[in-house]
Amino acid sequence: MPDYSLKIRRYNPESGQPAYWQQFEVDLPAERSVLDGILRAKYDQDGSLSIRCSCQAAICGSCGVRINGMSRLACNTKLGEAAEDAPNGAIVVEPMGNMPVLKDLIVDMDAVHWKKVQRVVPWLLPEGDPPDREYIVEPESMIDITQSMACIHCGACVSACLSMEVDPEFIGPAALAKAYRFVGDPRDAFTEDRLLDLAEDPHGIYDCTHCFACIEVCPKDVAPMNQIMRLRRRATSDYGIKDGNNGYGHEKAFSDLIEKYGLLSEAQLLPKSYGDGSLIRAQVKPAALKELTAKLPTVIRGLRSGKVSPKTALIHRKLKDQDQIRRMYKEVESHEDRLELNLYIVGDSDAEEEGTMAEGGQEG
Amino acid sequence: MKLAYWPGCVSRGFTPELHGAMAAVAPKLGLELVELDRANCCGAGFISEHNQELADTLNARTFALAQGVDGAAGMVNICSTCQGAQSECQERLDADAAYRAHINEHLEPEGLEYERGGAWWNKNLLWLLVEEIGLDALRERVVRPLEGLRVGPFYGCYIVRPTRRLGYELYPDRDKYLEWVIEACGAAPVKYAGSHKCCGFPIVTTNRETSLRQAGRHMADALDAGADCVVTPCPLCHLNLDLQQPESQAFVERDLGIPVLHLPQLIGLALGLDFKELGLHRHVVKTDEVQAKVAALAAA
Repeated sequence: MPDYSLKIRRYNPESGQPAYWQQFEVDLPAERSVLDGILRAKYDQDGSLSIRCSCQAAICGSCGVRINGMSRLACNTKLGEAAEDAPNGAIVVEPMGNMPVLKDLIVDMDAVHWKKVQRVVPWLLPEGDPPDREYIVEPESMIDITQSMACIHCGACVSACLSMEVDPEFIGPAALAKAYRFVGDPRDAFTEDRLLDLAEDPHGIYDCTHCFACIEVCPKDVAPMNQIMRLRRRATSDYGIKDGNNGYGHEKAFSDLIEKYGLLSEAQLLPKSYGDGSLIRAQVKPAALKELTAKLPTVIRGLRSGKVSPKTALIHRKLKDQDQIRRMYKEVESHEDRLELNLYIVGDSDAEEEGTMAEGGQEG
Repeated sequence: MKLAYWPGCVSRGFTPELHGAMAAVAPKLGLELVELDRANCCGAGFISEHNQELADTLNARTFALAQGVDGAAGMVNICSTCQGAQSECQERLDADAAYRAHINEHLEPEGLEYERGGAWWNKNLLWLLVEEIGLDALRERVVRPLEGLRVGPFYGCYIVRPTRRLGYELYPDRDKYLEWVIEACGAAPVKYAGSHKCCGFPIVTTNRETSLRQAGRHMADALDAGADCVVTPCPLCHLNLDLQQPESQAFVERDLGIPVLHLPQLIGLALGLDFKELGLHRHVVKTDEVQAKVAALAAA
């Protein structure tokens, strides 16, 4: 059996000592998990080595750690695979990021993850008297939220989130994916209130920076960032929520500019974003004016460096075949239901023959 | 090699030095670029946030235009964000024949059609350099090895994640190419914490503080690791890392002043092109020290 080296980050707050690295050698087959390796080291070499774990089958979500820098479940990562990415031959195991460490590989999930999940009111809020028996829903209307229901709350996405790294108040990927689970539920009666709350929070849906880190690390393919994008789509397109973070304005300005010109002009995107998508409103809305004035030094520097010419700043380039783009906008936006192809639901393998196009499970 | 070329919006707007540098570098690399001057914005993730079908239609149109370029080996872009946004749409278009047929109906009036192609590809310049041109071929063309120049790679999220969508199964080392290209240019890649993280640009209008804190932190990390400059294949990252750098200093509470080069600029330097041709004077963070270092090499 091969020998694997595990370089584990140790920390015991009661010792008064700083964190340190300790290397363990374990003799296990390649297909055994990193968790098996850690537990072997604990049993054979140092009983004080601490990790939280339970099912050992990627179901309970307890053993989230960082392995060679990637947030993962220790039980779901094979020693052989981890060794391939190991720098200098030793598999590096650290506690998850963005959460305080309690001891060794155990982080405080209550302080961050669960607190944020509670923030989004993670339970159903139906209206009216409860029915005599169960609530009846069409199965099709639940398909859209099955992806967010697959979450096992391991915290891997929270650990990897690059917005949370600089803004600890960001509600974050796990909690926002959970929020979508209820926003997308046809039994819930507070969809608009939920969206309004998440859109207006300065650390809400518009604080996600599109970095895909949560999608990359999720062991259950929940794709939290995609759920955040769905929340934004519902907030802007379905409810027209004009939030104080310019989320609505930016999305509207972006898509309107492409409809009009086909190409993007950063010079027009900024003012339009702050005016909820309108240039005129940008000039009369005090908050927009303030934001724009704050951007002036950047624009002046751009002009001075020769990066931005007055021509690019003032005149928008227009595509030669712009009428085509406008027609496409009209065609697509004229049907009542938004068409969404969610590969999590329809699958992406060999669909070539059958063609399994599914109408998205959202009402338009 | 003949290629359908998608320069993106930003390289022709706020980072014209990138468009110019690519035009100067292409012939030196033996590339014949047919610019897709009728193609539209990729949507940068914001159109698909607004309406997925619309984003897929717009990018299918771009792919169809690229597929129509006679004799082209594939399509090349010079923007990580374009790559990521287009790959997202391509993934859906390729996954489902009925969906693809539906999207193609929107293109029919102009006689365009996106064909799911086994051999057809859309690659960022970084991928093209390693996979199609080859690092050996690049090394052979280097006339001015950038010895002693310490360069921090900055990839841009859209070409590193999600790996499954971005072809990492076939090309598992795509998250190491920038280091390889820096080495092939004779320079030294600098390892630092932020190289594969987010520049923050997508939320600069919705949460300026979170955005510029990210940008500032990565540049500070690169500086602390001893980098002379940073290089990026993404002009949107460039906007946050270079254009906004004076602003981001306030959010990380320290002076920065680290130049950020576009990928074709770094290659151009190694291929012996002059500074002006590469637009090195058109940066917010002055590139004088990099220029001086490279000029000293040429003189030596």
